[in-house]
Amino acid sequence: MSEERSFFNEMLDEEGNPRAPYAMMADWLDSKPPNYLKRKSREAETIFRRLGITFAVYGAQKATERLIPFDPIPRVISAAEWRRLSAGIDQRVRALNAFLHDIYHRQEIIRAGRIPAELILQNEAFLPEMVGFTPARKVYAHIIGTDLVRVSEDEFYVLEDNTRTPSGVSYMLENRETMMRLFPDLFQRHRVADVEQYPEHLRATLESVGPDQSKSDQTIVVLTPGIYNSAYFEHAFLADSMGVELVEGRDLFVDNGRVYMRTTRAPRPVDVIYRRIDDAFLDPLTFNPDSFLGVPGLFDAYRAGNVTICNAPGTGIADDKAIYAYVPEIIEFYTGQKPILNNVPTWHCSRSDDLAYVLDNLQDIVVKEVHGSGGYGMLIGPTASKREISEFRKILISNPSNYIAQPTLALSACPTHVSSGVAPRHVDLRPYVLIGDQVRITPGGLTRVALKKGSLVVNSSQGGGTKDTWVLED
Amino acid sequence: MLGRTAASLFWMSRFQERAQNSAKLLEVAYRTDMMPSNRSKDAGDWRFALIASGSEFGYSEKIGELTPRGVINYMVFDRDNPSSVRVCLENARNNGRAVRTGITAELWESLNTTYLEFSDVNPLSITQDKLPEFLSWISQRSHLFRGALLNTLLRDDGYYFSQLGNFVERADNTARILDTQYWVLLPDNDVIGDGSLERQQWSGILRALSGLRSYRFAYPDAKLKATNIAEFLILRKEMPRSLAYCCDWIDDTADDLAQFYGERLPSLDMAAANWTAMRATTIEDVYRRGLHDFLLDFISKNNSFAMQLSEDYNFA
Repeated sequence: MSEERSFFNEMLDEEGNPRAPYAMMADWLDSKPPNYLKRKSREAETIFRRLGITFAVYGAQKATERLIPFDPIPRVISAAEWRRLSAGIDQRVRALNAFLHDIYHRQEIIRAGRIPAELILQNEAFLPEMVGFTPARKVYAHIIGTDLVRVSEDEFYVLEDNTRTPSGVSYMLENRETMMRLFPDLFQRHRVADVEQYPEHLRATLESVGPDQSKSDQTIVVLTPGIYNSAYFEHAFLADSMGVELVEGRDLFVDNGRVYMRTTRAPRPVDVIYRRIDDAFLDPLTFNPDSFLGVPGLFDAYRAGNVTICNAPGTGIADDKAIYAYVPEIIEFYTGQKPILNNVPTWHCSRSDDLAYVLDNLQDIVVKEVHGSGGYGMLIGPTASKREISEFRKILISNPSNYIAQPTLALSACPTHVSSGVAPRHVDLRPYVLIGDQVRITPGGLTRVALKKGSLVVNSSQGGGTKDTWVLED
Repeated sequence: MLGRTAASLFWMSRFQERAQNSAKLLEVAYRTDMMPSNRSKDAGDWRFALIASGSEFGYSEKIGELTPRGVINYMVFDRDNPSSVRVCLENARNNGRAVRTGITAELWESLNTTYLEFSDVNPLSITQDKLPEFLSWISQRSHLFRGALLNTLLRDDGYYFSQLGNFVERADNTARILDTQYWVLLPDNDVIGDGSLERQQWSGILRALSGLRSYRFAYPDAKLKATNIAEFLILRKEMPRSLAYCCDWIDDTADDLAQFYGERLPSLDMAAANWTAMRATTIEDVYRRGLHDFLLDFISKNNSFAMQLSEDYNFA
């Protein structure tokens, strides 16, 4: 029905000629017989399934394990493009950490009138328990996944900052491993920046924020909700590749203000917890009393400075969708610089003017829940049916402050293996950033791809796949 | 090592061993069912499989009437039967998954592939004639698991806990199989002897424990005799499913564990005591005490050892 909207094709220019970073890739694709990619895709699937690289899908009657579809054609980013992106990311994550420190201390940004007080103080993601507490090195969000989309040659937008517990980094690493197994020849033709140092960097980052820096041997653990969590594979993978224990809440206990692991022998003190459970489940004494996942007394031990929790509790405020619109302000306020990366213009449905505009333009825009994630509970106007729009309209009117809206971005597209051969499909990008004694950004990240023609939803829970992401070296 | 990790490694091995044992019991029932002497068809052999795997009560509650099809379904596929092959494979794999960082890729792949392939099987497709092949596939997969474990796992505490799980389960299984038909193994039967029914029962027991061939090598006259079979399966250290063999392994592993941690805890002394007692026992002693009582006492000691172990090393 609808004409495909115009979008930026990352491989081919308007005349259909390969752009510079893709020159060799285009050649290589042309040189392969028609069934080659199909065969390689199947090989890749076998590898993933055998290794148990799966995620759980919810919503169906019972959780099932699935593979995220893997696309064998890598996405290529030039060295120059990457330099600009990483400078923008670096600027952004430093500003967000400065913002977190400020709002849990003097709240200068509110005093300066740059952000309305109620937006912070009445925000569910703001944790009063954190007020006045300063974590090691003043770092709150140690692990961030910045979601980016590209709309033209040099226009990138930040969609979300993911400052809580961003996932997907194991796919970045396993995708690369798999690609190196499947296409050694392709790697010989390109100079692709390494990603495999990520676990080492993660470990170094966590060590650098241990509570007692005079200690040479910090005991680090990865805290998981358990084997039924959708990202369990990743939790195990990260613990394994860092060489640290993977623990559940019941493996930890607090005694006299210190956190210990229950081992087969004497309890072992823990210094740094890379937690992959939400704030609300960390400590039933401080937060959700019904939680079985957490560790009673953990928060007190944390506030006493005896253990570091990464990311810090209360970082969610920095990636709250209501705060998002203020990130450019935040960057200017704390760094004194103009933002390098753009924000997507955002309408807050809690404001009546914005709401009126949104209701008039539902067919053209994207509406999201303020606290939602994973592509659930959102409306993508241009691809929704009349009926979906009218149903969503009712929900929106009944609770406007729960929603924000943004224009539909023409996400860039990359060559992707589909049943009919190779075709452009829309992608986003999540680079992974580590913040401790320094800011470390792994070149590349996770590219998610909407496998359905014309679709703009890249979430794995909604039928998206992933690709290896190559940053070329000069 | 985390106490929970130790527990998961212990149970991973136990469940994998149990899956194989359930498959083995069905294989024997299936075979005996075809014997000419069994034309009466009272399905007694299938009941034997249920009893030996501890599934009889659950079966009569849920299914009721004893039919081969019913027993096969219950022991292989039923999610409500804690000893069904499906539940065992799932538990083995979930325990492996919980300690994904503590096991090797080879070991994980064997667990995971078995589970995935088993999950793909439609129970209706396993008709009577396909059963033997399917059961032997389950056995093969268990052997692969053991092979991967023995060949790739680092010899540290994790290895010891998984070995202990394996042999505690195996000893329990052997003792239960013997006890389910202990009367067949009483010395009197040697006198009545050589009726085809006894022979069939004897060879069934040996088959269930993968010992029919090796029995013939262990006893030069190769004749099936109740006292020899009992001795073979209880006391002969060469037989890898005998109680003595399991006790010996458990004791050795307990020593390794004591050395690894530089400390001997109560469970390890229990392991040593069990093996010392077993080593000093002759088959005459066993009959003097009563075969049934001997087996019950063994099952309880084996179980006490496992409980003490989980307490000593903070399982749970």
